[in-house]
Amino acid sequence: MNAEAAPLWPVETKPSNPHDSAHLHVAGLARYADDEPEPADMLHLAFGLSSEARARITGLDLSEVRAFPGVVAVYTAADIPGENNVGPIAHDDRVLADGEVISHGQPVFLVAATTRLAARKAARLGKVTYEPLPPMVTVDQARAENSRIEADQRMAQGDATAALAAAPHRLAGTLRIGAQDHFYLEGQIGLARPGEDGQIHVVSSSQHPSEVQHLVAHLLNKPSADVTVEVRRMGGAFGGKESQAALFAAAAALVTHHTGRPAKFRCDRDDDMIVTGKRHDFEVAYEAGHDDEGRLLAVKLRFSARCGASMDLSPGINDRTMFHADNCYFLPDVEIMSERLKTNTVSATAFRGFGGPQGMLAIERVCDHVAARLGLDPLAVRARNLYGPKRDVTPYGMTVEDNIAPQLIARLRETSDYDARRSAIAAFNARNPVLKKGIALTPVKFGISFTTTHLNQAGALVHVYADGSIQVNHGGTEMGQGLYIKVAQIVADAFGVPVGQVRITATRTDKVPNTSATAASSGADLNGMAAHNAAMAIRDRMAAFLAGAYGCAPDEVRFARGEVVVGGETIAFGDAARRAHLGRISLSSTGFYATPDIAYDRPSHKGRPFYYFAYGAAVSEVVVDTLTGEHKVLAVDILHDVGRSLNPAIDRGQIEGGFVQGQGWLTTEVVEWDAKGRLLNHSPATYKIPTASDGPKRLRIDLWDGENLKPTIHRSKAVGEPPLMLANSVFCAISAAIAATAPGKADLPPLDAPATPEAVLRAIAGHRSA
Amino acid sequence: MAVRFVLDGQVVEIAEPDPTGTLLDYLRGTLRRTGTKEGCAEGDCGACTVLVGEAARERVAWRAVNACILFLPMIHGKALMTVESLSRGGSLNPLQACMAGNGASQCGFCTPGFVMSLHGRAIGALGSELPVADVIAGNLCRCTGYGPILEAGEKVAALEQDDSATLAALRALGADGASGVFGARRWFAPRTSDELAAVLAEHPQARIVAGATDVGLWVTKGLRALDTLVFIGDVADLKAIEESDAGVRLGAGVRYAQAHPALSRLHPDLGELVRRIGGLQVRNSATVCGNIANGSPIGDGPPALIALGAELTLRGPEGRRTIALEDYFLDYGKQDRRAGEFVESVFVPRPGAATRVHISKLSRRFDSDITAVLGAFALTVEQGTIVAAHVAFGGMAATPRRAPACEAALVGQPIDEATITSAAAALGEDFAPLTDVRGSAAYRIEAAKALLWRLWHREQGVAVSVLEIAG
Repeated sequence: MNAEAAPLWPVETKPSNPHDSAHLHVAGLARYADDEPEPADMLHLAFGLSSEARARITGLDLSEVRAFPGVVAVYTAADIPGENNVGPIAHDDRVLADGEVISHGQPVFLVAATTRLAARKAARLGKVTYEPLPPMVTVDQARAENSRIEADQRMAQGDATAALAAAPHRLAGTLRIGAQDHFYLEGQIGLARPGEDGQIHVVSSSQHPSEVQHLVAHLLNKPSADVTVEVRRMGGAFGGKESQAALFAAAAALVTHHTGRPAKFRCDRDDDMIVTGKRHDFEVAYEAGHDDEGRLLAVKLRFSARCGASMDLSPGINDRTMFHADNCYFLPDVEIMSERLKTNTVSATAFRGFGGPQGMLAIERVCDHVAARLGLDPLAVRARNLYGPKRDVTPYGMTVEDNIAPQLIARLRETSDYDARRSAIAAFNARNPVLKKGIALTPVKFGISFTTTHLNQAGALVHVYADGSIQVNHGGTEMGQGLYIKVAQIVADAFGVPVGQVRITATRTDKVPNTSATAASSGADLNGMAAHNAAMAIRDRMAAFLAGAYGCAPDEVRFARGEVVVGGETIAFGDAARRAHLGRISLSSTGFYATPDIAYDRPSHKGRPFYYFAYGAAVSEVVVDTLTGEHKVLAVDILHDVGRSLNPAIDRGQIEGGFVQGQGWLTTEVVEWDAKGRLLNHSPATYKIPTASDGPKRLRIDLWDGENLKPTIHRSKAVGEPPLMLANSVFCAISAAIAATAPGKADLPPLDAPATPEAVLRAIAGHRSA
Repeated sequence: MAVRFVLDGQVVEIAEPDPTGTLLDYLRGTLRRTGTKEGCAEGDCGACTVLVGEAARERVAWRAVNACILFLPMIHGKALMTVESLSRGGSLNPLQACMAGNGASQCGFCTPGFVMSLHGRAIGALGSELPVADVIAGNLCRCTGYGPILEAGEKVAALEQDDSATLAALRALGADGASGVFGARRWFAPRTSDELAAVLAEHPQARIVAGATDVGLWVTKGLRALDTLVFIGDVADLKAIEESDAGVRLGAGVRYAQAHPALSRLHPDLGELVRRIGGLQVRNSATVCGNIANGSPIGDGPPALIALGAELTLRGPEGRRTIALEDYFLDYGKQDRRAGEFVESVFVPRPGAATRVHISKLSRRFDSDITAVLGAFALTVEQGTIVAAHVAFGGMAATPRRAPACEAALVGQPIDEATITSAAAALGEDFAPLTDVRGSAAYRIEAAKALLWRLWHREQGVAVSVLEIAG
């Protein structure tokens, strides 16, 4: 199939169809998992949670739980017929604790009751006795006990040690980067219904229905064919429902298996935040050598991640941190070390960017540090270090073939009026004793593909009915990102029919099997191409049939405007479908796609892990109150590369939403654990995502006018994750504003992320005194 | 007795309600109106926003509230509007259509809540004079970055609403109370403060509920069973706002959103503070006196009102007494409220022409966040000298309270750098704050001092507010 050969639509008239469910969202009629009618015999579930972060369980008295009115059953690890695991890779994530607990809030037992309130109340009555051990909460504590989820990883090019020693200027620094809770508005939920003959049907709010299917099958000792998982939509996910949704689906399936009754686990928000993983927090140490102009000659980076109590997806996430520690910059001699520390905190997991944001923020920090040392505009330092001709090999040995960062940054510098604004800010800062402004332009280069190569595949199933209406199913899940409407457009275009003629149906493991998670920004790239291939297979059959009937060549048959032109006649698409059906032509097809050209050798960390890169850049201007540390984002200019957009309105929505989510990560969202390993921020009362007034007062988003060099679906580029990292510009701008409290000082304020008012005040004090 | 309310012009009756059952659970579970969502079950995310209406002269006065922490008997005698109410005819209303066409939803889960907040603003619900961003400050969206939602709110800023059927149904419903015994539990809904006093004299251990924005969480998060509740939201004579040259008196039933204009007129800093207390849904439910009576160590209202010299009137079996607001807060979780007593009103004096008022709230996020440090200063200055100083802080001690050492360092001095330096140092004598999830002890003391310096800079006419710069 050659999707790129026939563009869907002229570039200047790209359709911005609204989200396929927009009319349902605003009417309250979009159905989420919890909105399904509840059968009268449905059971509601709750976990009894561990009060300890690291302990042996020495006793379990659940008599009061069982006696609580409404409780139907209580289960422990002993009640699991198959494998007690919901871990995606390492089989180390227990559904229910078995003999030991490894993080605070870990589920210990499961209550099934006739009402949700009864289940929740009863779950608090369990008497668990523990033999506690001192928990490893921090990365230092884990390192002291040599507790790691896997061996340290090293990615290197050249000889960083020698180049560092030879560099005319050297600097070193550290940076702490906080974790982030997904705070999807729809909490975790799973429900299970019994089928006949041992089959089970699961509705899960999951980005990865196939994995839920497989885990439930293993949990219950069933073949995968007996478990069907369905996901119509999620109320937000952001990576937080890639592996984390399985726990709730598994619990519901276990109860249904034992009781033969439908069971639903809708997790309370506080429990959700305590029980499920977050973005990894990091400690970063760096050393850099550079020349007089600020060119980086040598860079050493050490990333120490708090991975939590199990492996989850941490290997891939930390790999992606290493892959993005170069961002857009050529690092001639470089060594990137990555420590993946296993702590007694909830297991860290996927979150939009998947480790990339932390790697990228670290190298931006290095650029800022070099600029501070040399008294240069940080943008000058960034520009001098960009990939370019003969400076185009990444630390993992991949040649950057599609580098548009230099042109994109130059254009944004101009359209944002960066230089004039920077001068105006210097003047503002000179006359304002309390308020200081800062501005920063930071770029993004994000690698597109799952770095685990085999995940880069997708399937789709397309039916054309005899009335000409079309039904599409694919392995991707809808979490708000607009995947369904993008795929519907692709299929509609293949048949030349209006998008309203295409019905996209809930993602189900019985329609498209063995799917990958909807993750890594790959949803439209993979599933869009698979659906295109399915549609084209049917279209080709229809064309061949009609060509035979009309005595013309198949490639003379045209599908456009809801009609088919064949042999000089124009017939409605529905008529064409009906005739093909009467002519005994199959109007159903699967479609498949596997990303070409990618290969990666993990032991050496060399290869081509990415099919292509998505680029972008942002200019952020902020103002900081140097008395209190409060700050505000004043203006943001974004230029972002989505290739040839599949839907500009949807893509802009991803860019704006991703940016603000990234801003929250770097400013207001604080995740802390106490010394006993208890999470302190587990509700919206104490965990603060941006509100409507926190976004930039002025925001401009432009799409880069260029197509993907690679033959992706209609030459588009992935858009889900990359925009989040545009918010690095906010952090760098805050740092610049803080630096203005001690003008002329050739050092970087000791600012850590998130830049809360408290962190900003600390950095101001540190910068002034250092 | 039953709870009866008006939904889309029709009377709905709940025969035997759980008195602490939430409106949200009833909507989703019993009425199967699943458009209203649970995002947090604690009044912080707004996904459960609905409009509650009451007959007011010739119209229905609507206000947006969080259904997740609204107890069922609280809607007795009132009207209710949910997201399903807006498109009953099968077509989207202009606001919904605008949002749908403008990319204002992505995952869509928060969307019904935004629709209801913005619909409320468009039909003149309580607080609708506020800018769009303030009206949706209590609605969280994790997908869109808010831009398209704000645009839709600006574009569809006014909508016609035919409330005639609702008004007629509300009038027909009458004004009987919903008091009653529900199984082992009692819910009292007195209509006058005399009735309230009588109920409390008989049941001194009863829990008083006004907006339930605090007590609601005891149920949804604490899973507590509350046996005897007294709802004061229907007590007519506690709803008065008396505004005079002397000041503002707020009855115990006055919600923050109702008091907002009068408090803004007392001083703009007070208005700005109220704007940042909770989201609009919370201010539409929570009362100023409830915020005092529950004795939070932070506030946000009490520290500011203490600095302004507010007085609290309590009524009990022994009659009424009036005390300085600061004397009400005895210790952490302990207030000067005797058995059978209730807070009847608070009086906030209008600052004199010679009084300089500065109120600052510091929180991690500007809107809908609980304070880390709140500083309130009322300095009376005569001929360049501070002759009286009322300084109060929240978040710095077990209760909101005054800062006597700081006040002493200010009185008799001019507002200059030397005075501020010594007053800031004195805060170290006044407070030994704790480290908690909202800020460390070190930050709190530094930030408290910074607020004195902010005061000084402001007095010099220097720009100090990032919010003002942002415009």
